Amino acid sequence: MATKASRSAARLMMAPAVILLLGWMLVPLTMTLWFSFRKYLPLRGGDLGWAGFDNYTRFVTSSAFWPSVMATLTVVGGVLIITVCLGVLLAILLDQPMWGQGVVRILVIAPFFVMPTVSALVWKNMFMDPTNGLFAHLFKFFGAEPIAWLSQASMPSIIMIVSWQWLPFATLILLTAIQSLDSEQLEASEIDGAPPLKRFWFIILPHLGRAITVVILIQTIFLLSIFAEIFVTTGGAFGTKTLTYLIFQRVLESQNIGLGSAGGVYAIILANIVAIFLMRIVGKNLDN
Amino acid sequence: MARSVNTQRKALNTAVAWAIGLLIFFPILWTILTSFKTEGQAISDPPVLFMFDWTLENYSVVLERSNYARFLWNSIFIAVGSTILGIIIAVPAAWSMAFVPSHRTKDILLWMLSTKMLPAVGVLYPIYLLFIKMGILDSRVGLVIVLMLINLPIIIWMLYTYFKEIPGEILEAARMDGASLKEEVLYVLTPMAIPGIASTVLLNIILAWNEAFWTLNLTAAKAAPLTAFIASYSSPEGLFFAKLSAASTMAIAPILILGWFSQKQLVRGLTFGAVK
Amino acid sequence: MGRITLDKVTKSFGETQVIPPLDLTIEDGEFTVFVGPSGCGKSTLLRLIAGLEDITSGQIRIDGNDATNVPPAKRGLAMVFQSYALYPHMSVRKNIAFPLRMAKLDKAAQDAKIEAAAAALNLTDYLDRKPGQLSGGQRQRVAIGRAIVREPSAFLFDEPLSNLDAALRVGMRMEISELHKKLATTMVYVTHDQVEAMTMADKIVVLRAGHIEQVGSPLELYKAPRNLFVAGFIGSPKMNLIDGPEAAKHDAHTIGVRPEHIAVSASEGIWSGKVGVTEHLGSDTFLHVHGTGLGEMITVRAGGEVDFKYGDTIYLTPRADVIHRFGTDGLRIA
Repeated sequence: MATKASRSAARLMMAPAVILLLGWMLVPLTMTLWFSFRKYLPLRGGDLGWAGFDNYTRFVTSSAFWPSVMATLTVVGGVLIITVCLGVLLAILLDQPMWGQGVVRILVIAPFFVMPTVSALVWKNMFMDPTNGLFAHLFKFFGAEPIAWLSQASMPSIIMIVSWQWLPFATLILLTAIQSLDSEQLEASEIDGAPPLKRFWFIILPHLGRAITVVILIQTIFLLSIFAEIFVTTGGAFGTKTLTYLIFQRVLESQNIGLGSAGGVYAIILANIVAIFLMRIVGKNLDN
Repeated sequence: MARSVNTQRKALNTAVAWAIGLLIFFPILWTILTSFKTEGQAISDPPVLFMFDWTLENYSVVLERSNYARFLWNSIFIAVGSTILGIIIAVPAAWSMAFVPSHRTKDILLWMLSTKMLPAVGVLYPIYLLFIKMGILDSRVGLVIVLMLINLPIIIWMLYTYFKEIPGEILEAARMDGASLKEEVLYVLTPMAIPGIASTVLLNIILAWNEAFWTLNLTAAKAAPLTAFIASYSSPEGLFFAKLSAASTMAIAPILILGWFSQKQLVRGLTFGAVK
Repeated sequence: MGRITLDKVTKSFGETQVIPPLDLTIEDGEFTVFVGPSGCGKSTLLRLIAGLEDITSGQIRIDGNDATNVPPAKRGLAMVFQSYALYPHMSVRKNIAFPLRMAKLDKAAQDAKIEAAAAALNLTDYLDRKPGQLSGGQRQRVAIGRAIVREPSAFLFDEPLSNLDAALRVGMRMEISELHKKLATTMVYVTHDQVEAMTMADKIVVLRAGHIEQVGSPLELYKAPRNLFVAGFIGSPKMNLIDGPEAAKHDAHTIGVRPEHIAVSASEGIWSGKVGVTEHLGSDTFLHVHGTGLGEMITVRAGGEVDFKYGDTIYLTPRADVIHRFGTDGLRIA
């Protein structure tokens, strides 16, 4: 509801953002799509012509492909399970009356603000180093043999590091959702004689349903493209080469642009499948 | 909520919550403490928590590395620059969508959000190539542009949700009072939205500061920010725990402090209004 | 000067036409009230005059000049909004000064005008407060002050009293009327409250679904409602509308009798009925009577001292000279 003048002003004011984002989306996407159909090796002869669907089939048939899919699924799945479960419990705990709630909240949220390279490096060296790391000291204290975390237990280590980074995000969002729960509803159920466990199961958890979905979707999108954590810790070795990392290696390390671009297209499709679900929820929320 | 909880229960909650909170915070605490130790104490077994000879030596060593200041300056330039540029582009766009909505507004918002979900690695090479062609590879300007673009959807969304809370009648009153569009946005909307704009700025500085895909892949010696500086500690310097800790502490401290101020806005900014 | 003319003005939002072609002239210095149920298009009409919405077709003239495509700021009108729309980050002084600042008036002239407006509206002591620190009535006065300093050719009010409590509303009603007498500027006032319309207006425009149902002075509308809608809308309590054989006796499809035009008696009258709920206001008593053969419940205004109880039999006699007659088309039969 407005006048013609304000509507055309609105269009004008929106134009820079729309044009920039459109360019940001379309130009590189078109280029990736184009490269994915070319045999393109900048260090070995450059653009060697049309490749058809060669890159696409080669990408999925290469011996590195399925392990990278598995690695991706393991990281995403592992982190999601840990952050959502612990996130729900933590959110409920933080919602309880206590002294120094604000301070505890700050402590819990802090890891989210640590830059990924720092957290990866701190964990890698100061905690997981097999000789001088804190875990090694701890193992020795209990008489156990210290393990080389990032080579012997590479996947659990990565999952642990990433979960530590994302647990605050899940907790914060779930806590916000819990706090929006009408306390009268809980009191009513208490008067109706529901024990705490039943209250959790029948009232709190359903109320959190949407927040949990949102956490899962947003985290999935970010987790699908985690990079720095692997780059700094294992460099993709010891079975931690995720799809993102595999594509990165194809593109920048082995400079096989055609193959890497085909992988990129797969990654884009994968991310879009998740994104559609997220957009539906967000879109519904826009209506009311 | 007038629930009386007995003190015992509250004490138990407090104890459990503090224990878990400290456990989660411990890696950060440990890093900060280690940064004040000597290298010997940093790896001593059994480890020492507080009872060591506090020293600032690590900080002076890290700061003396001739290039540290440049990494820091790059981080500040990139984070602040991309945020300011983003805000300048986003405020008019968010104004349009919040106060002159059309039937397409919702679609545009969702589409903008969808650009945020584009996996970076999928467009890594094109961007790399374009940057070479434009001569902005390993330049601060290049990173400002990229980080502005990847965070623009979040900035627009946050501003949009804040603007939505401002009654349209106030802007109409300004229009009746003779304000031009520019005056309306500058004198009425912006001052009213200052808290919202401030939290948007804060969150985006944090996101840009911590961004670690493009900053690692599009920089080398010249424009590398702190994310890349820390990554360079990967080996073998990373084995000097105390110095690694000092460098890490300096890289995260400013953002930790900003982050604590913006924790409420974090939810709004990262869930696109899907959780309230 | 402030003569506003609407010439075949229409407004559509997409496919739906909310204002069908409409002609209306608001004379200079007149207090005109747009009244109607919610959703009747009265606020839209005001926003069209203000220029906050485009008209779809037709022409708006202000003092004879075509204002159809003139932006709101250039129309020389001032508006007081329902929510007051004060700028929350500015002090009262800055709020009132805002239109002057936009007009690039020099500081001394600004101050003189602000002081004058503040004195007239009893706001002098509050000039340095923020709107958030004021009561509803004070905010209302600031909004009016902001409008006054522009010295507009006409004031537009969009349900300005609906956010105030009942007692304050009566007071503000008087203040606005008083202001109108003092300034003698055209005022256009939108309300859904027919009491506000009756007490304040020189001219009432009754709207329904974007149509003008009737235009006239409060008493004209009261005495000779043009159709059933206006008859039912103007007057409180509502006019009693009776169909059927009773109406046929007066050669009408429907007859209307105002509650204050019915005499009550315990022993004799034209109609009889049983007393339902009685409302004692002290000065008056409203009796709700289930009339025999009249269909609807009849509301009667009787003196303050009448003493009927629930279920009593009562006799009613309408004043023959003020029975309103309406045809099958709902229009008044002269």
